[in-house]
Amino acid sequence: MSAVTDTAPAATPAARFGQSVRDSLVVAQRNLIRMTRIPEMVIFGLIQPIMFVVLFSYVFGGSLQVGGTTDPSVYREFLMAGIFAQTVTFATAGAGAGIADDMHKGLIDRFRSLPMARGAVLTGRTLADLVQTALTLFVLAMVALLVGWRTHTSIGEVLGAFGLLLLFGYAFTWVGALIGLSVRTPEAATSGGLIWLFPVTFVSTAFVDSGKMTPWLGHVADWNPFSATVQACRRLFGNPGGSPSDAWPMQHPVWASLIYSVVIILIFRTLAVRKYRSAAA
Amino acid sequence: MPGAIYAEGLVKTFGDVRALDGVDLDVPEGTVLGLLGPNGAGKTTAVRCLTTLLRPDSGRAVVAGLDVVRQPNEVRRSIGLSGQFAAVDEYLTGRENLHMVGRLYQMRGKAAKARAAELLDQFHLTDAADRPTKTYSGGMRRRLDLAAALVVHPPVMFMDEPTTGLDPRNRQQLWEVIKDLVSGGTTLLLTTQYLEEADHLAHDIAVVDRGQVIARGTSDQLKARTGGERVEVVVHDRERMATAAEVLAGFGKGTTTVQEHTRRLTIPVTGGAKLLAEVIRELDARGIEIDDIGLRRPTLDDVFLSLTGHRAEAEENGNGNGNGDENRGRSGDGGGDQSPEAGAGRGRAKEVSE
Repeated sequence: MSAVTDTAPAATPAARFGQSVRDSLVVAQRNLIRMTRIPEMVIFGLIQPIMFVVLFSYVFGGSLQVGGTTDPSVYREFLMAGIFAQTVTFATAGAGAGIADDMHKGLIDRFRSLPMARGAVLTGRTLADLVQTALTLFVLAMVALLVGWRTHTSIGEVLGAFGLLLLFGYAFTWVGALIGLSVRTPEAATSGGLIWLFPVTFVSTAFVDSGKMTPWLGHVADWNPFSATVQACRRLFGNPGGSPSDAWPMQHPVWASLIYSVVIILIFRTLAVRKYRSAAA
Repeated sequence: MPGAIYAEGLVKTFGDVRALDGVDLDVPEGTVLGLLGPNGAGKTTAVRCLTTLLRPDSGRAVVAGLDVVRQPNEVRRSIGLSGQFAAVDEYLTGRENLHMVGRLYQMRGKAAKARAAELLDQFHLTDAADRPTKTYSGGMRRRLDLAAALVVHPPVMFMDEPTTGLDPRNRQQLWEVIKDLVSGGTTLLLTTQYLEEADHLAHDIAVVDRGQVIARGTSDQLKARTGGERVEVVVHDRERMATAAEVLAGFGKGTTTVQEHTRRLTIPVTGGAKLLAEVIRELDARGIEIDDIGLRRPTLDDVFLSLTGHRAEAEENGNGNGNGDENRGRSGDGGGDQSPEAGAGRGRAKEVSE
């Protein structure tokens, strides 16, 4: 009977919030331990964006025109914000696959039978993914420096750009969480988490100017949350930004990126937590 | 006063399948109820409703005095769940798994650590405590899973098919652990496909079929309804069968069934192992050579057959998830008591597919 008396119920909102944070950190720790036990996952997660940097820099570098020049070094600086942003969104697939795997193996049932905060399993997972994303971004930035990428602003602005990228990536892990809860297998979550990312990341200003697209596609690209984050990073890094259109998110990319990220988190966190509550393996 | 686990008219439907069709249960504090039934009977759904994992469509359930629908979080503090669908993290060590579960039961870090060490010791997992559970054998993993359910000494426990897929030695070990637990006053609801398991562990048995409890009572009461145990003998020489039948008639109650082509004789008996020994001595004294002899206890199949008129497997096949292997396993050699072992193949196959 000690169970009943030892664990005081979380009564006040403050106590509930405290429990929520504690439980999330316990789950985050669990997921981080897993990552250290499956290092190949982290390594593959690093190789892919590095490949993108090298491929885009050297294959497309000389042939794409940015800001009126085809100078490869200009394109390299233009490109890097796009690669960074694409990399953080790919964390979606990891979060989705991880949660689908937990569902599949019955771990979600174990968690749901415990007196823990409801959103903690998902929050813990997304926090662990955030740590991995930060690590990936760091390695990627080093590689980018090696191939000639430079920033031309204050350290504060550069860190601000990385902050925006992490927030944006974090928002996308909540999309991944919802996908992971909605599919039957981890494999489906991986492909389901990636497929839609290709149009999202390519119909954007990440790799080419939106002005060079068909007008309607250009509009989509201008209002794409992904473009806003990419453009915000270019501005904060002091990298060439192509010729952004007059669309509001392109003119105020930092604000636009912040707003988009927060809205995505609010919507997808709500949906994912609701789905988690009724989830059945 | 309702028991530690109490359910009244529980209904849960998935699409047009009525997984639970008005289930009533009452488990007095400190006792064990065995929920016995084939795959697809609704056992797991019942456990999921009682452990707050599923919300019943209608009906009422009270666990440890708490309403599972209105006070789910309070219920979760008072229960432990183990079995086929609750799991451990395969990349974490045994110790890390138990520590995590303790923390999520809202124990402080130090207390959770101490409790994890205690449980690892109790379940003979100390040597493997710091290895990822991926490297554990099936039996070790079940023990860890059970340990995880016991982290806070919950007054009410649920075990969903705790020994499905385990070999006989590991099953025996787990039974001992469960018996210890119950002798400490824990109320337990366990589901099983094996009459022998329910027989071993449960005070009361509720037989479930198509989402309804179709019979309840003690193991003896159920067996009485299904005709009790039988002695089966396979005689080596066909010519000696008549003599063997004579011997059996002296010990059994009722008529001897003779299968000429398999040289098999079956007769209902009472008296168990002691009687079996006497039969063997008598056959030996008459110089009858036997290939096989065994005491056959009623299986879930027999219970089902007598209660419902259909075999347990028919239900599974009707649900589209039965498979040939299982039928083969169940009807096996027919020799001796083979019920839990028969299911082992299926259980393993399931684990692999997971």
